[in-house]
Amino acid sequence: MKKIRIGSGAGYAGDRLEPALELMEHGNLNYICFEGLAERTIALAQKAKKADPEKGYNDLLLYRMEKVLPLAHKNKIKVITNMGAANPKKAMEEVAKLATTLGLKNLKVAAVIGDDISHKIQDYIRETVIETGQPLSEINKDLFSANAYLGSDGIVEALSNDADIIITGRVADPSLFLAPLLYEFEWEKTDWKKMGIGTMIGHLLECAGQATGGYFADPGIKEVPDLWNLGFPLVEVNDAGEGFITKLENTGGMVTTATCTEQLLYEIHDPENYLTPDCTADFSKVTFHELQKDIIEFSGASGKSATATYKVSVGYLNGFIGEGQISYGGPNCIARALLAKEIVEKRLENLPFPISKLRCDLIGINSLFDEGEMPKEINEVRLRVAGKTNTKEQAQFIANEVETLYTNGPYGGGGATKKVEEIISIASILVPKDDFEINVLYKTN
Amino acid sequence: MKLWEVAHVRTGDKGNISNVSVTVYDPEHFNMVSEKLTPEFIKKWFGKQVLGEVKRYDLPQLGALNFVMYDALGGGVTSSTALDKHGKTLGAYLLDIPF
Repeated sequence: MKKIRIGSGAGYAGDRLEPALELMEHGNLNYICFEGLAERTIALAQKAKKADPEKGYNDLLLYRMEKVLPLAHKNKIKVITNMGAANPKKAMEEVAKLATTLGLKNLKVAAVIGDDISHKIQDYIRETVIETGQPLSEINKDLFSANAYLGSDGIVEALSNDADIIITGRVADPSLFLAPLLYEFEWEKTDWKKMGIGTMIGHLLECAGQATGGYFADPGIKEVPDLWNLGFPLVEVNDAGEGFITKLENTGGMVTTATCTEQLLYEIHDPENYLTPDCTADFSKVTFHELQKDIIEFSGASGKSATATYKVSVGYLNGFIGEGQISYGGPNCIARALLAKEIVEKRLENLPFPISKLRCDLIGINSLFDEGEMPKEINEVRLRVAGKTNTKEQAQFIANEVETLYTNGPYGGGGATKKVEEIISIASILVPKDDFEINVLYKTN
Repeated sequence: MKLWEVAHVRTGDKGNISNVSVTVYDPEHFNMVSEKLTPEFIKKWFGKQVLGEVKRYDLPQLGALNFVMYDALGGGVTSSTALDKHGKTLGAYLLDIPF
């Protein structure tokens, strides 16, 4: 029975590279997928592309590919990634150029395009925003990006045309991993059970280290060995969709039924109806079984038909956040931090412009969750003040007010920092799949 | 006894919605944990952090409960002014639940 092995090379845009290279060297892989495009990352990339049409792909793409391409070539591993972000075509050209520079011959690089409907977002201005229930037109800001979460279609097409490196824009994370299964095993796109299984495999792999003991360790109760050297996961699966998830033996981390269960439910709402562009996956009956240490067999995933729409993330500029922080230590530090907070709050009240979502938190006490009692004494505490404004200059006032506590505030404030950030917000709408034209471009060096 | 001793949690976010999975180490504790951790209990535990409703999905074969908490992240990662905009740390506060 035919089997394939798919590795996970990155779980987010800035992830570590060494674990991916280890997998490519020693994992006996057929495919490796790099996921690097969070909900807001694509909008940031669109903004970068607007400023410079040659940009808009992942900043680390060429850094990664310089190491990845020679291994892909040597070990015949196909590479799939959404690091093309807002500019998969340019990313493809740059990667092909890099392959030539590295002396790698006959590498076929593909770009999947068609997710970007920024140019015709005005056609969908009456659509309902999923998050608010209001029409998109209510946002009343510059809607500067619109990208659909595409499914596996374009990638499967690229694989059918013998592409070695496939670079996409916005594609749903699990679809990156589902695509090679559809291609290799010739699964029918309407075999919903298989689509559900492949989506589950993708979901287990898409966050890389999160399946192998990352985001898991809790000393004393959940020990994870050699976390500093965390290995990334790989899946071996046959054409019936049976298989297991594991990691390389000489790496840190662990794969257990517990790490797999956590990852299965990560960012899932109703496990029986997980909506993806490829299918409505059903994870509600999934079970995990330990075959050997760090080798976990999965079963029970299923699926139902896909919906007729793609989810589109619409990006818009939504003002600025100004933030300042300052620390206090030693006896009575909480009281001094609270006095500092009171000073900043009073001064911000007197500013002639509105500040929304103002937060004045004590880091170490209530910045993450504010429901407990204030402790009597601790050794150090840090005041954090953050608020939203309409302009950058206004946001700067918030940040500066905290810094002025150095010479104008309570005794012993230190380590003040300040920052101002533009807010890029996302609204999601549903757009009929029929409105999209997905194309694949190729470049052979 | 605290939840910390019998179960582990993981938190994820989608927009302004936070989900926390609670998984028991030993299947024997599943009923005890399921009985106490009703959606109402979780909503009350999180207080003003969770403004919307809480839904619970049960996966007994995995010893897991999945809590989906609406309007829980001050607008979510793309507009919140919180330090932890994803709410990644939220689930850990459940580990303090006494039994």
